[in-house]
Amino acid sequence: MKYTIAVLVENKPGVLARVASLFRRRGFNIESLTVGTTEREDLSRMTIVVNGDEKVLEQVTKQLNKLIEVIKVSDVTMNSVERELCLIRVNSPPEKRGEIIELTNIFRGRIVDVAKDSFIIEITGDEDKINAFIDLMRIYGIKEVARTGKVAMVRGGRNSEK
Amino acid sequence: MRAADAFVRALEKEGVEVVFGIPGGAILEIYDALYDSNIKHITTRHEQGATHAADGYARASGKVGVAFATSGPGATNTVTGIANAYMDSSPIVVFTGQVARSLIGNDAFQEADITGITMPITKHNYLVTDPKKLLRIVKEAFHIASTGRPGPVLVDIPKDVSQADIEFDYPSKIELMGYKPKYEGHPMQIKKAAELIMKSERPIILAGGGVKIANANKELTELAETIPAFVVTTLMGKGSISEYHPLCLGFVGMHGSKYANYALSESDLIIAVGCRFSDRTIGNTALFAPDAKIIHIDIDPAEIGKNVRVDVPIVGDAKRILSQLIKVIQYKQRKEWEEKVREWREKFPLKYSKQGFKPQYVIEKACEFFPDAIITTEVGQNQMWAAQFFKVKHPRQFISSGGLGTMGFGFPAAMGAKVACPDREVIDIAGDGSFLMNIQELATCVHYEIPVKVFILNNGYLGMVRQWQQLFYKERYSATCIGCEKVSFEKIANGFGALGITVEKASEVESALRIVKENKDVPVVVDFRVDFQANVFPMVPPGKGLKDIIEGE
Repeated sequence: MKYTIAVLVENKPGVLARVASLFRRRGFNIESLTVGTTEREDLSRMTIVVNGDEKVLEQVTKQLNKLIEVIKVSDVTMNSVERELCLIRVNSPPEKRGEIIELTNIFRGRIVDVAKDSFIIEITGDEDKINAFIDLMRIYGIKEVARTGKVAMVRGGRNSEK
Repeated sequence: MRAADAFVRALEKEGVEVVFGIPGGAILEIYDALYDSNIKHITTRHEQGATHAADGYARASGKVGVAFATSGPGATNTVTGIANAYMDSSPIVVFTGQVARSLIGNDAFQEADITGITMPITKHNYLVTDPKKLLRIVKEAFHIASTGRPGPVLVDIPKDVSQADIEFDYPSKIELMGYKPKYEGHPMQIKKAAELIMKSERPIILAGGGVKIANANKELTELAETIPAFVVTTLMGKGSISEYHPLCLGFVGMHGSKYANYALSESDLIIAVGCRFSDRTIGNTALFAPDAKIIHIDIDPAEIGKNVRVDVPIVGDAKRILSQLIKVIQYKQRKEWEEKVREWREKFPLKYSKQGFKPQYVIEKACEFFPDAIITTEVGQNQMWAAQFFKVKHPRQFISSGGLGTMGFGFPAAMGAKVACPDREVIDIAGDGSFLMNIQELATCVHYEIPVKVFILNNGYLGMVRQWQQLFYKERYSATCIGCEKVSFEKIANGFGALGITVEKASEVESALRIVKENKDVPVVVDFRVDFQANVFPMVPPGKGLKDIIEGE
C-alpha cells in the first residue's frame, strides 16, 4: 500500500540529505518526495509517498522522528486533499489540435506552450486524474513528462502539523 | 575572543576533563587554544584509538567522551569509532577540523566530507558554517549526545571558523524544536505491565545495555527480587545485575548458556529493559519465545516493534519506569518455574575441557585474581569467553563492542576506561588478531603512564571465523591462520617500553597473574599461548532458534 506522510522539518541545509539518507539506509522505498517552504520561514514541509505495509510506515515514522531536525511526522494518507502538478509535451499535428484542446479542457488543464508540432500541457489534480490524462495523451505521442510529486493537506479545520 | 579559545572555554563549561585526539593542520587553532587549558589531552597514535578511548571513557564513567581529529584522513579514521559508539549508544562528541569555508567543495588538501560520511552513523552532526553559531552548536552537541538514547555527535569546524573573532556567550540552556526525549513512562502502560506480571507463571527479565546507561541497576535488581523473576542479559546488559546474584542467569543468545537460553525460550512473559532484540540475542525471530508475551521498556520508540512483536510497550527512562513498576506489583511465588530453571542450571552448566591450555581457564583465573577489574574485550572468541567466564559484579564493569563488533576496540577502550577510573584495574581481554588492530596505542599507554593490562588469548587464528569454518564450511580454513605463535608479544611490549610476559602452559597462569598484580603501575601485555582448537560453546547456529543450541568441545 502507498502511504502519504507529511514531514515538518527545520529549514536548514542538509535536512533533505538526512531524510533521503535515512530512507536509503533503512531500505524504505520512496515513491515521491516534495519539499517546499511553509507559512513559517524557519520550517519546510516534505510530502513523502512511501510504499510498504503498516510495519514499514511505523518504522518510517519513528525513524524520521529520531532525526533532530524533524519536528513532526503525520500520516496524511486518509482524508486529505492531495495535489500534483504535471507538464506534458505532446505531439500535436494540426489535424489533432482540436481534440487535444478539448480533452485538456475536460481535465481543466491548460496549454502553456504551443510549438509547430507540439503542445506543453499543464495539469493539476490527484494522482489518478493525472495518470488518466497521461494515458489519453499517449495516442498522440508523448514526448516528455515532468511531475512534481504529491503535496497533501488534511481536510477540515484540523491543522495536521500542530 | 578567538573562536578557538571560546570553544575550549565551552568545553571547560561542559565539564570536559580529558580529550583524546591527534592534532593536524585544520585543527591547529584549537590545539593552540588547548595549550592554555587545564583540559588534559591524550595524543593517541591513531584516530580510531582516540574515538574508542573516548567511547571506553564514556562507558566506564557515564560522562561524555571527547575526541579531536584533523580534517581529511584524521576525520575518516574516526569513522569506525563513531559507528561503534552509535551501535552501542555511547555518548561521545567528536570534533574534527575542516578546511577553510572558502575551500570546501574544492577537493582541497586533506578535505573530506565528514558530515556526509558520518550522517548515518551519528545521532546528529554539524558543519559549522557561521562562527557565531559555534558555541550554541557545542552546547547542542553535548546535550544531544548525553540525553535520551545516547549516541555520538560529530562537529566539523572549518579552520577559518576557529580563527574568527566571536563573543563568548555560552548558552546555559537550549531548546531544540525537534528533539524532546521522553523520560516518564505512561502510567496506563505501567499498569498494564503490572497486570501481565501478576498473571505470569514463568516471567523472565531480559536486561540490555540500556539498564546500565540509565543507571537502573538497583531498580532492576529490586524488580527481579520483587516479582521474583530470573534475569538474563544481552551482551551489552552484562552487569546490569550482579552475576553473583542467585536470580541472574548470565548472558543469553548465540553463545549464552544453555539454561539461560532455555529459560528465555520457555518463559510466558519477557520483561525486556533497554534492549533491542538483536539477532545475536534472540536467534531466529520466528522461533523466538513462542509462548511469551513481551513487555518492552525502552527510551527509543523506534526500537519498539522493530524486531519482535510487543504486547506492552513502555517508552521512557528505565530507572523511572522500573521504580514505578516495583511499586505496583507484589511478590508471588512460582515454584514450578523456579524448579525447572534450577534443574536446567544444574544439568547444563557452562563447561570446557580441562585438558591442555584452555583460554577459558585464563578467564576464570583472571576473574579470580581481579574480580573487581573493569574488563574490556576485543571481538570474537575472546569476547565470548570473557562474557561466559568472567562474572561481573558492577554495572559498568564489562565493556565490549556489542553492536558493530569492532576488532581493535578493546585495547583503546581499556585505555579510556583507565583514564576515567585510574584507581580501578582495567584489563583488555584480547585475541592476537584483534590486539594487532590497534596495538600502536601501547605507545600512548607507556607515554602517558596509563597502566592497562592486556591478556592476549593467542591461538594464531582469527579464532571465531576459524570456528565457523570448522562448523559450517567443512573445515576449509580460508585465510584465518595469522601465525601469531611466531610473534613475540613479550618483545613487542618491551619494545614499546611496557612489560611483556609469555605464558606457555596452564600451570604458569597463576604466577603470571601474580606478576601482573604486582605491576600495578605499568602497562602489561600477557601473551597466553592457548590451544588453538578451543571453540566457543554452547552455540546457537545462525538462523536457528535459541532452543536449538548445540554443545561441543
